[in-house]
Order: sequence, then structure tokens, then C-alpha cells
Amino acid sequence: MSETTSDPRYKRRPPKRPLRLSWSDERVRGIFWQIVVVALVGSVIYWLWSNTSHNLAVRRIATGFGFLDREAGLPIAESLIPYDPTNTYARALLVGVLNTLKVAVIGVVLATILGTAIGIARLSKNFLLSRIAGAYIEIIRDLPLLLQLLFWYTVMQGLPGPRQALRPMEGVVLSNRGLKLPALVWENAHTAALVVFLLGIVATWVYARMARAKQMADGQPRKVWATALGLMLALPIVVWWGLGAPWEIEYPVLRGFNFRGGMNISPEYFALLIGLVTYTAGFIAEVVRAGIMSVNHGQWEAAQALGLRHGSVLRLIVMPQALRVIIPPMTSNYLNLTKNSSLAVAIGYQDIVSIANTTLNQTGQAIEGIAIIMAVYLTISLSISLFMNWYNARIALVER
Amino acid sequence: MSDASISTGPRKPPITAVGPIAWAKTNLFSGWLSTAVTLALGYLLIKAALSFVDWAFINAIWSVPSNAQGPQTQICRDMQGSGACWAVIGEKHRFMLFGTYPYEEHWRPALACVLFVVLYIISAIRRFWRWELALVWIGMLTAIGMLMWGGIFGLSYVPQERWGGLPITLILATFGLAFAFPLSILVALGRRSSLPAIKVLCVLYVELIRGVPLISLLFMASVMFPLFLPEGMNIDKLLRAQIAIILFAGAYLAEVVRGGLQALPKGQYEAADAMGLSFWQKTGLIILPQALRMVIPPLVNTFIGFFKDTSLVLIIGIFDLLTAGKTAIVEPAWQGFGVEVYVFIGSIYLIFCYAMSKYSRGLEAELNRHRHR
Repeated sequence: MSETTSDPRYKRRPPKRPLRLSWSDERVRGIFWQIVVVALVGSVIYWLWSNTSHNLAVRRIATGFGFLDREAGLPIAESLIPYDPTNTYARALLVGVLNTLKVAVIGVVLATILGTAIGIARLSKNFLLSRIAGAYIEIIRDLPLLLQLLFWYTVMQGLPGPRQALRPMEGVVLSNRGLKLPALVWENAHTAALVVFLLGIVATWVYARMARAKQMADGQPRKVWATALGLMLALPIVVWWGLGAPWEIEYPVLRGFNFRGGMNISPEYFALLIGLVTYTAGFIAEVVRAGIMSVNHGQWEAAQALGLRHGSVLRLIVMPQALRVIIPPMTSNYLNLTKNSSLAVAIGYQDIVSIANTTLNQTGQAIEGIAIIMAVYLTISLSISLFMNWYNARIALVER
Repeated sequence: MSDASISTGPRKPPITAVGPIAWAKTNLFSGWLSTAVTLALGYLLIKAALSFVDWAFINAIWSVPSNAQGPQTQICRDMQGSGACWAVIGEKHRFMLFGTYPYEEHWRPALACVLFVVLYIISAIRRFWRWELALVWIGMLTAIGMLMWGGIFGLSYVPQERWGGLPITLILATFGLAFAFPLSILVALGRRSSLPAIKVLCVLYVELIRGVPLISLLFMASVMFPLFLPEGMNIDKLLRAQIAIILFAGAYLAEVVRGGLQALPKGQYEAADAMGLSFWQKTGLIILPQALRMVIPPLVNTFIGFFKDTSLVLIIGIFDLLTAGKTAIVEPAWQGFGVEVYVFIGSIYLIFCYAMSKYSRGLEAELNRHRHR
């Protein structure tokens, strides 16, 4: 029963009974069993704890996180922040966390796009398209992710060397050294334009809210898109132009045995990203399909009968209802992708698990190493689920 | 107005309204966009299928000559990229399926795998869903254990370190689920309990396990677990991984079971209380039979997930099917033929998982039949 039920019968509480110290009293039994279970769990934990501290003392393993300040001496191939082996373990682990986030964030975005496209394709009236999407979903979900990652990694290693590299497009080079892309030479003007762009997004959001409040007041719809375009697109371009409009693209060039310049995506990262995105997209496609199918067809017809345009029906009527079904399973797919990125250790991409594992082998600090891995994932998982729960509560159906 | 042709009975609908042409018109060429998509996809599909046939059959090499130095894989290397080298499967399939189990005893793990499959099939038939099924499970698993270990009935003893390949995958999955399922029911009941201490313990267990990747639990099992135990007491690595998988699966299954408990109308609980049933009578006779029936399809989906997840033991070096495949291509002669090996191993996983998901969908349709009326 809902808390806000107006029926007074549900509000009335049962009369309070005094606690009798007897086995026939349900509450006494409840307290007894709770004490038994807590004592049991507590003693098991105490037993494990005392064994562990004894074993650690016997093996002369120091406990604590003091090792974090020591020199790591472990090489890391790719890093978002400056790092070299003389840095501390703490910094090495930070590099690992950033590498995990790098694959998780980009993976979530790409998997959402690909999964939504496949989910819509699965519902297409075109027989061929929906069958191909169906076969993709079935096959990708029936194969272990680890197998798929190893497969993609093997494929990456089987690509030709840098000299015979594949060049599907100007400046794009695919070889067993990874994927090379042309990169923009980053200058202050770009940073300024980016900052203005972000400010533009905030300003657009504020403007859209104000326009909506006015529409609620007088019923007149206001056009937001022109201002939005100006704030988000024109203003950054003007700023970039004003700072000299730097536009220099750096292409990867073959020097000796490898490429120089441009953006480099390592084979490990590329294999991990392809594997995670294609795998998670299979699950997201099913989520999207179920969400769209959950919206009753009568909703479309009723909205059209009200005179709404197709785009408005989708945006105002169908999507809000579909999202309600989509968001909770989507959250768990995002969490799964993040947790699955830990399989990187099998193909040699240095994420937090891989670096913590090396740390643990070098220092012998098994408990601390695994505690760090778990803490990192718990933090990421909890932040994603908090954010998604907040979003879910925002769009949830408000009843009574 | 009488026309001679009218008297011949009802006319057939035009050929463009029924039959294959009409079907193609509505399903493949219903508009210019649909036609474009069909043509583009058809072209790509035929092209991909042709190049796959070329690679997998026409240009494939099925066996290689062998001499004193081992198999001569030069012809495979010449064809690499344009033709598959199935010779690696022919040469290594026994190793991939059964690992380092003594070669002449391979019939034993093979029979064990067959017994596992028989067990799955029996468990899938609804007519056998009764408590005697538990006895069948115990009997079958004992028989499998005797087959694998040996040491009785004239079978030679094979230590567990020599086991490998498909039996390990099936053992991890089956024993994992056999123990995780009862655990998950207890945890799900605990999470719905009105006793705060028990509820908090169950919530902590479920949320902690679900918040971390399976790998971290497997690492814990392989490096931390020995520290937990008193000196001298040592648990074998496979068993440690098995415990980690049970704990992991238990948390996920508990959430599925909890979904069923929550979906059950409150009246069922109240009616059972009104009958004067004790907690365990109420749970065992009224609540669980209905709640579990409701969540069978998601349970099977979770089973599929765990069957796939057993492959993660590769990372801590346990010799399951995937590890055996990865090890098979370490040998210099066969290096670089990973794609063929992964296709082979992938098809084994695909057969098991596809059968399970097909079954789950059939069951879902059958159990929901009363709703579509």
C-alpha cells in the first residue's frame, strides 16, 4: 500500500502489545535469531581475520598502504597524465584508474549509440535488417566476452606491419601497432573555444528553462533553437576566429619501424574498446527494443489525434514512457561495461586491475592491492548508480 | 450484367497481394528507403558470405604433413589471411577439449561431459520438476566425480591438476549454480526480512559483490584466500575459484529471486499467515513455488551469463576450455592461428548458450500463455 493512501483503514496501526519474554512471542524469536546470525557471521570474520594477521606475521608481510609512496619501477605503455617508472606506486595506480575510466566512458557512449541503432533496426519493418540485427544480438550475447576480447586482440596482431599498413582513408592507418588518426594540433584558441562552448551549453539550458516557464505562464511556444545555435556554435567559432583561427592537422608518418605524429590508439585499447562496445551493444539493443515495445500503440494514436507532429509525439509522448522502462536495465549495462573493462588484464591493456596486480606481485601486498581494486570499482559503480537513480527518479511516473 | 467468368466461383486475389511477391513487397521493398536498405544489406551480406566460404572452406587447409620435428605448418602460413587452417583444430582438438588429462583415458572426461548434458536436459523437462530431481543431481554429480578422479572400479587415479578443458568449464558452471541457487534464495529471503540485522547483512553482501568485477573476486580467491586459512590448511586452486564463483553468482541470483518475491501479491503472504503456517511452511509451500516460477526466464538468462563468466578463470590460470585453447596456440608451430581456435571454442560456447536461451524463450512463452488471452 502506498504511504499516501487516503483510506483511513490502512492508516490505523495494530494495537501495541507488551514484549513477553517467551518463545511464543514472535519478536523474541526474531531478536534471538538475529543475535545467532550476527554472532555466527562475526565469529567467521574474526576467525578469518585472526588467521590472516597470524599468516602475515609469519610471512613477515608488512600491512598498510606505506608502499604507495615507494618508487614503482613499472613501465606503463599508455597514460593520460605524465608518468615514468621512477614515479610512485600511487601515481601508477592513478594512471590505471584513468585508463579504466578512459575505456569505460568512451565505451559507454559508443555502446549506447550502437546499441540504440541495433535495437531500432531490430524493430524495423524491413525483414532483412531486423533479421540481421536479431542474429547479431543472439550471437554476440552467446559468446563469452573474454573470448571475444582475445579474438579481437588476435585479429589486431594479425594485421600487417607498419610498412604494409592498411590505409582505408587519408591519414587513417591501421597496422599491428594500432590505429593512427590525424590529430589537431591543440592550441590556446581551442581551449578557449571549448570553454565558451561549455558555457554556451549552460546558458542554453538556463535560457530553455526560462522560455519554458514563460510558455507555462502565457501558453505561447517560444523558439529556442536559434538562440541555442548561437550560444553553442556561433560564439565558440567567433572566439576561435578572434584568436587567429589556428587549424593545423598532424598526419601520422612512417619513420623507421613505426609511425610518428597524429593520434595513436594502441592495439590493446582498440581491441578492448571494440570488444566491450560490440558486446554491450548487443545487450543495450535488447533493452532499447523492449523499451520501445512497452509503449502502447494507442499512445501514438492519441498523441496524433491531439494534433502533435511526428517529432513532438516521439519527444513528448513516446520517449518519456520508453525511457522509464529503459533506464534501469541501461544502468546495469553501463555498470557491467565498467566492470567488464577489468578483463583488459587478459590482453595487456594497463587498467587499474592490471597495474594493481603488478603492484601486488612486486610488493607482496595482496590484501591492499585487492582492496584498492575493489574500492575503485565500488566508487565507480556507486557513482554511476547514484547518477542513474537520480535521473530515473526524475523521469519516473508520478503516482498519486 | 451476368458475366460467364463470375460463375466459376471466387476469383483468386491478384498475385501481387498474396504469396512471396507480396511478402517481399511489404517486408523488403515497402518504400524507397526500405528498398535501398535491402539492396545495400543484401549486397554486403552476399559479399561477406562469399568471402567467409572462401576462407572457411574453399581455401582452407584441413591437415598438414607431420615429420620428426612436429607438424609442418608452412603451407598454412602461406595461406594465412586468405584461407583458414583447420589443421590446428584437427591436431589440437583433444588437447583443447580435455587438457592434459591422460590421452588414453580421454573417454572418461568425454563421458562426464555427456553426463552433464544429460543432466541439463533432464532438468529442463518440466515433467521432472519435483524434489526427486535433487537426487538425480546428487547421483549424476557423484558419478561424474568418480569418472574424473577414478581410483575405483579399476579406473586409474587422475589427480585434479591434470584435468582441463570442457569438463572444467562444465564443473565450474554446474557446481557453481547448484550451490549458488540455494544460497541466493536464503539471501533474497533475508533481504526481504523484517529483522534489521539480517536484512543489513544480506544487503551488504549483495551490494558489495555486485559492485566489484568477478576478476577481483577471483584474484582474491587465488592470492588472498590462502592468507585467510590457518597454517597448514590448504584448499586447492580450482575449489577456491569455485567458491568465488558461487559467492558471485549467489549475489546476482539473489536479486533475480528477490524480484519474484516482490512481484508476488501481498495477499498470498497474508493468506498464508491467516492459515497459521509457520515462516518456513509459508515460504516453502506458498511463496517460493509461485515466486520462483515467475522468475524462471530471468534465472535462465543469469545462468547463461555465468556459463560465459566461468571463462574468466583464465586470468588466474585455471585450465578451462578457453585457457586450453589459448595454450594450444602457444606452441611455435601453431602460433598465429588464434582466429581458427577461437572460432572453434566460440562455437562450443555458442551451442550451449544458444540452447539455453532458446529454451528460456520457449519457457517464457509457455509460462506467459495465460496472459495472452
